Amino acid sequence: MTTFDSGTVTIEEFLAQEAGKDLLRFFTAGSVDDGKSTLIGRLLYDSRGIYEDQLASIRQSRVNRSTGPIDFSLLTDGLRAEREQGITIDVAYRYFSTPKRKFIIADTPGHEQYTRNMATGASTAALSIILVDARLGVLPQTRRHAAIAGLLGIPRVVLAVNKMDLAGYDQAVFEKIRTDFLAFASRMGFEHIQPIPVSALEGENVARRGTAMAWYTGPALLEHLESVPVAETRAHPDLRFPVQYVNRPNLYFRGYAGQIASGSLSKGDPVLILPSGKTSRIASISTFDGDLETASAPMSITVTLEDERDISRGDMLVHPERRPVAARTFDAHLVWMHEDPLAPGRSLLIKQTTQQVTGRVTAIQGRLNLQTMEDSAAPILGLNDIGKVRIEASRTLLFDAYRANRPTGSFILIDPISNATLAAGMILGAVDRAAPEGHVTTSERLQRNGHSPALLAFSNRELALRLERRLFDHGCQVLASDKPVAQAELAWQAGLIVIAPEIADARVRQLDLVPLPKEEEAALDALMAYLEQQGILGVIERFDSGEGI
Amino acid sequence: MRSLSHLRALEAESIHIFREVVAEFAKPVMLYSIGKDSSVMLRLAQKAFHPAPMPFPLLHVDTTYKFREMIEFRDWYPASIGCELRVHTNREAVAAGASPIALGTSKCCGLLKTRALLDGLEAGGYDAAFGGARRDEEKSRAKERIYSFRDQQGQWDPKNQRPELWNLYNSRVDKGQSIRVFPLSNWTELDVWHYIHLENIPVVPLYFAKVRDMIVRRESLIPPEHNVLPLLPDEKPQPVLCRMRSLGCTPCTGAIRSAADTVPKIIEELLSFRRSERENRIIDHDQEGSMELKKREGYF
Ligand SMILES: Nc1nc2c(ncn2[C@@H]2O[C@H](COP(=O)(O)OP(=O)(O)OP(=O)(O)O)[C@@H](O)[C@H]2O)c(=O)[nH]1
Ligand SMILES: [Mg+2]
Repeated sequence: MTTFDSGTVTIEEFLAQEAGKDLLRFFTAGSVDDGKSTLIGRLLYDSRGIYEDQLASIRQSRVNRSTGPIDFSLLTDGLRAEREQGITIDVAYRYFSTPKRKFIIADTPGHEQYTRNMATGASTAALSIILVDARLGVLPQTRRHAAIAGLLGIPRVVLAVNKMDLAGYDQAVFEKIRTDFLAFASRMGFEHIQPIPVSALEGENVARRGTAMAWYTGPALLEHLESVPVAETRAHPDLRFPVQYVNRPNLYFRGYAGQIASGSLSKGDPVLILPSGKTSRIASISTFDGDLETASAPMSITVTLEDERDISRGDMLVHPERRPVAARTFDAHLVWMHEDPLAPGRSLLIKQTTQQVTGRVTAIQGRLNLQTMEDSAAPILGLNDIGKVRIEASRTLLFDAYRANRPTGSFILIDPISNATLAAGMILGAVDRAAPEGHVTTSERLQRNGHSPALLAFSNRELALRLERRLFDHGCQVLASDKPVAQAELAWQAGLIVIAPEIADARVRQLDLVPLPKEEEAALDALMAYLEQQGILGVIERFDSGEGI
Repeated sequence: MRSLSHLRALEAESIHIFREVVAEFAKPVMLYSIGKDSSVMLRLAQKAFHPAPMPFPLLHVDTTYKFREMIEFRDWYPASIGCELRVHTNREAVAAGASPIALGTSKCCGLLKTRALLDGLEAGGYDAAFGGARRDEEKSRAKERIYSFRDQQGQWDPKNQRPELWNLYNSRVDKGQSIRVFPLSNWTELDVWHYIHLENIPVVPLYFAKVRDMIVRRESLIPPEHNVLPLLPDEKPQPVLCRMRSLGCTPCTGAIRSAADTVPKIIEELLSFRRSERENRIIDHDQEGSMELKKREGYF
């Protein structure tokens, strides 16, 4: 709700004021019972963001775990189980607004068991308030939440050292926690950390500065929330338009609908369509309110193109010179959210932008140790673990690193059998083919060659040489030999396509048996088609290399 | 880059949700409650699929206790923008005389709303149902995901919700399971009226102040329509300048005293309100946590 201290506001004043307001999404985090829900309740109460009937209902509530007349945590702990157990189980969203700004608050649970709900509330936020109980200091769960906020790329943090009333409002207590927190949090890539000593219960330094801590000269929490910059300073500049839905109401309109993930586009702009690699131009940006000349993230629009192109959900429109990464294999951070641990190798679903493909985690490269805040080796990831993994998708994904572009660098993993959401993923980057770790695997070889190995027996020497050239120009690792090949195993293992009059190997395919037209070009076309149909060519998509296309 | 205004950002988010559902589900439907939130949802859906018509029907769960003006609006507005409307009623319960007075509000709601909704969804074979609920309405709704998973019985398990990260929604359901989708999750009551104002969206006239006959009981203004509530001795409906802040069934939706007869006046009035919009809804007040209980049973 909106609060105004002055009694009446005219519609003109309202519209003018609203137009000038921006929106800050933030969430609370920290260990269980540190006072997150109480802090949010207090903030809403002191900024007149609570309706009287809601307040009356919590005043009358049978439950009151606080030492004051009102248990402010009840304003967000809205589930019966939460009130009964006195903890937050799932994230609650609250909306409030001051004359300066609009806020969406996600009050998340501190209990370790519900870390996934904390990540849910955090994923859409621009600022986190991490609470620490002044008596207990930094706890493992504080570190876990800070690490998740860091991985999620939340740029700004408020360190709220709470329950200062129980620590005698002592500056030394605050300084100690501040130092401990900064020691590990400074490595997490936050843009800005604002420590504030507060008492959620007493309202000290919450909506306004209090009197109990004269030694503190910084802003009160609300002051900070109202003034902190919200513009995405790290917004990715390049156009990424994942096609969400193809809109074909009739023969004359073929629109591609979606929400612009980053950058902007204008009528007449050239666009590259991925993964097909075809190009076209924006013919129109069509909306219910009329055509637009230009549109930018995060608008939801529909575009038409100048040319007929075969485009479907999951494709991406980009600027021809500004391509995203296209790769099947990539490294990522995961927050594992399921009771059953992640064991590499199992088939999973990956949802990223508007595509959903199957894939697997091929290796766990490390698990975050919350004591040392370093990665250490781990065979599995358990519930709430944070790890670094390698993932192989069955099809090429189009992405940017999460750090550079949140909407295209994020993904979730889904269990194809139970349908459970298993993990939140943040892409680090494509796997560099030049320097993979460990020995070179068959699939890496397949990816580099772009085709399967093949042993082709062919007695037409002329045509064999022409086919070698055709395949070579196509990018294949190919060798035509005019002598029989006895040791085929080596060539097979290296992933080559070998063409020879005779090959002593069970895996050989007889090109002589392929019916061929007389004319040479047509015969070559037929041979290429045969290889494609046999799954030797074309199984691996063009854009699996891990480099920009 | 200039950032989108607050409302345009909400609009873009909601349109994204509509399209995502239509792209990923086999048979979506929109639960149409005729109120202001439904009107806003309709406009957002029109925008999402423009220039095509909306690719799903509307389902209205009719308890037979709705205001006459609501039914008139229902039969006019959706059709005027080319929507297909289906209506479902729990005929059996209506025939048996179900009413909030006879059964109590909670049982009456259970039969005429929740049961009828579940049956209507099942009859249509819908695997996704849009609803206009907002998180700012009520404390258990504040806990809802945008995609709210429902089991084979249509039930909500608030203690075991799927994580929901960024705007990557998990649309996987097995046969019989479904998702309730709330495209207005992040809209507030004020946002809704602000948008209605900017976009000039038609709403039921009951939202605008007018002199209406009401049963006046202490603070409450109870609409006499449908004659469900037995009058006390000497009691008779009196003319009162009032309007409805939220719309439901006549016996369970109180009016508020108000002179706001235009959208700008409603917005001005909202800014001065110190009480929540659901306060006049009897359904939420039966007992603590009653909305949560209803939602667990399959209410939306
Ligand atoms: N003395 C004192 N008590 C506080 C303060 N803040 C919170 N509390 C109390 O600490 C307890 C836990 O508060 P909550 O707000 O429920 O904590 P939480 O962090 O939301 O807990 P979870 O959400 O379950 O992780 C309650 O009994 C509060 O009344 C404070 O500033 N001073
Ligand atoms: Mg809490």
